[in-house]
Amino acid sequence: MNDHQVHIDEHRDDEGAKTGMWIFIFTELLLFGGLFIAYSVYRYLNPLAFHLAAEELDTTLGTINTVILLVSSMTIAMSISAIQYKNKKLTLILMGVTLLLALAFMVNKYFEWSGKISHGIYPGSMTLQEASRGELLFFGLYYAMTGLHALHIVIGMAFIGYVMYLVVKNEVQHDNFVILENSGLYWHLVDLIWIFLFPLFYLIT
Amino acid sequence: MEKDQHTHIVKYKTYVYVLIVLLFMTFVSVAVTEIDLGPYTVTMALLLASIKSVLVLLIFMHLKFDKKFYGIMVASVFLLLACVIVITFMDYLYR
Repeated sequence: MNDHQVHIDEHRDDEGAKTGMWIFIFTELLLFGGLFIAYSVYRYLNPLAFHLAAEELDTTLGTINTVILLVSSMTIAMSISAIQYKNKKLTLILMGVTLLLALAFMVNKYFEWSGKISHGIYPGSMTLQEASRGELLFFGLYYAMTGLHALHIVIGMAFIGYVMYLVVKNEVQHDNFVILENSGLYWHLVDLIWIFLFPLFYLIT
Repeated sequence: MEKDQHTHIVKYKTYVYVLIVLLFMTFVSVAVTEIDLGPYTVTMALLLASIKSVLVLLIFMHLKFDKKFYGIMVASVFLLLACVIVITFMDYLYR
């Protein structure tokens, strides 16, 4: 007889959690979508000023940040496979690498922004007040959109860091890892937004 | 059962291949915009970005392996976004 076996039903809804995360991601997509539309319309109205302003941006730095984000997206995706293979150590290593790459992205962003600021290009600066309306719009959108994206990177780092703590505590395991999946989804969203920010600001001049 | 959806484990190799393709397309888009193709530059850059985002959505975000309804929801949101973009530009192009 095995009547001593007590079956405790855990209150858990993985599919609900994941659906909730996706719906949140949709709101984020629409938020950035609106900004992309604002950018496209202003670019259409001020083609020459946007062309001149975009030349100021460093394509190399942008490319390096793209590579960093793509690799970090792969490592966080791999960490989900690793936890399914019950490889806790590899999961933590892959998540740690993701965090380090995110940090590298932010360091790059710091140098990029401080370079711009030292050239007098920042919202409200004297240089921009003398520039044309189109250039003002370009750099306004540049700071707003890459800044909002950088904020998402910081939030994503905090989220992944928290899930790492849960993995260490064995609260995230091979049969219970929806929060790891959700932090991964958030990180891929950040990557997805950058995939469009990069060509629009750095490549198309 | 809830846990059934988690039985699919994506191989590490798959992710590496996807990353290689993504990096390749990134460098192609950088190269393409460096040689001036005129009006096609924007088209090429955005086309490559779209292909990259589809890859990220399907493989990295597991839409290919998850239940279909996630994919349908994502597609509807992108369709909504596309509609808003088209309507906005119709206004600006033909006013």
